Amino acid sequence: MNGIMLLHCLENDARRSVTDLADILGETEKEVQNTIRYLEDNKIIVGYHTVINWDRANNDHVDAIIEVSAKPERSSGYDKIAERIARFPEVSDMYLMSGKSEFFVSVSGRTMREVSDFVGQKLAPLEGVQATVTCFVLKKYKSNGVILEFEQEEDDRQLVTP
Amino acid sequence: MDYERLLTKQAKEMRPSGIRKFFDLVAEMPECISLGVGEPDFQTPWDIRDAAINSLERGRTKYTANAGLKGLREEICRYVHRKYNIPAQMDEVFVTVGGSEAIDLAIRALVGPGDEVIICEPCYVSYEPITTLTGGVPVHITTREENDFRVQAEEIEAAITERTKMLVLAYPNNPTGAVLRHEDLEAIAEVVKKHDIIVLSDEIYAELVYNGRHESIASLPGMYERTITINGFSKAFSMTGWRLGYAVGPKPIMDVMIKIHQSCIMAAPTTSQYAGIVALRDCDDDVEHMRREYDIRRKYCVRKLNEMGLHTFEPFGAFYVFPDISSSGMSSDDFCAKLLERKHVAIVPGTAFGDCGEGFARISYAYSIDHLREAMKRIEEFLKELKEEKNS
Repeated sequence: MNGIMLLHCLENDARRSVTDLADILGETEKEVQNTIRYLEDNKIIVGYHTVINWDRANNDHVDAIIEVSAKPERSSGYDKIAERIARFPEVSDMYLMSGKSEFFVSVSGRTMREVSDFVGQKLAPLEGVQATVTCFVLKKYKSNGVILEFEQEEDDRQLVTP
Repeated sequence: MDYERLLTKQAKEMRPSGIRKFFDLVAEMPECISLGVGEPDFQTPWDIRDAAINSLERGRTKYTANAGLKGLREEICRYVHRKYNIPAQMDEVFVTVGGSEAIDLAIRALVGPGDEVIICEPCYVSYEPITTLTGGVPVHITTREENDFRVQAEEIEAAITERTKMLVLAYPNNPTGAVLRHEDLEAIAEVVKKHDIIVLSDEIYAELVYNGRHESIASLPGMYERTITINGFSKAFSMTGWRLGYAVGPKPIMDVMIKIHQSCIMAAPTTSQYAGIVALRDCDDDVEHMRREYDIRRKYCVRKLNEMGLHTFEPFGAFYVFPDISSSGMSSDDFCAKLLERKHVAIVPGTAFGDCGEGFARISYAYSIDHLREAMKRIEEFLKELKEEKNS
């Protein structure tokens, strides 16, 4: 079956059941299941996440983006130091960047203190890390393509038009 | 006042729109699930809206040139060349208030009393009334399902008389979703050249084709000089409310169309024109995204309707499917009215698009897949109930 169509359906709604997907795409459930397994096994689908607006959840939550300057190593370049940083569970996303700093690291914690402890005690002392700049997120407007703070746009079409 | 005496004969004799009739019926049931719209469900891409906002912030609020902003006309030339291989020069394109205005202008510029206009039905609703208003005579060709609703060159040739002035081609087609093949276009071009008539090619759905790319008849050898191509922003860029379209064709015809446009419209909305530049220049990816979504829904609808026993031909263009509902034993009007009344699902009777639409209904898939699934479920229930009633 067409894996790309399946990915488009799941991209918009990861919670769609296999039955629903089979119905939408006109495939058997077995076929859909097999394709999903194939996409997962080949790391094309790498996870199913819920987009949460923590600000509304009445729950302590802090996000920060940390610029990390790092030194490359002979033969492995940035990959070895990147792996050490990426393995911390506090890190949710991490990228090697062009520009002033080498890495952008997204970190979440319950409080600012928790995040700064992570930076001060775990991240900054790593060998190869030369400097860090921690930027706390003050307000999240959009996350994973979903607008969080603004009014949804409604379907205001007439019911019947030529 | 005796208004009857005041109103013109032609205006009074215009056939009332079948869509309008059905709209009034649906309006009494606002909670219904509609599959009745002829416009996209996507919002206009943000870049386009941003360009409009920016133009307003910079105070671009005056009339533009009658033919439209120079920058937009340049983009139109580039666009129709890169997309459809139409070799238009700057003075052969101009900007209109939607494709609808361009249709009106083209017919008024070319069709006089007694001139015949060949219209392939079922089709969009405006060609016939405008022809009638100019005193022209609409000549209908019924396109048939066994030909995938593609008009055949022989059918056109058989309809041509001494008085034939214009052939209206509207592909990808509303309401059938039909598209013409290369060989159809070639055969039609031969007939049109032989009899020396003009083609009005309404290509408003050109970007919504699912089996390859749209081919414009104006790109065929010898056809540019006798084709008025009409296109616009409504369907491709989901910009129906912006009212922006354009016409492309030979300069002598465009000049006259612009002359009429000057008198009745002056110029298309300035804000929309600034937005249109960005649409044509920067939004190929947005269009592709929408097309892909439509394609999933298109396949879904065709499959579901066939599975539930409504024979439905697979359309390769626009965002409509056109199921044959005659197996229900009802007329199109009755079928749609009853479906609305019992299951609160609004679809449009095929007869709204010409008498030959009898036996069919138009279903728009410009809706989210979940909306479509609920509607299909209800249509299936409806068919089951009809069957049970027949058997009991």
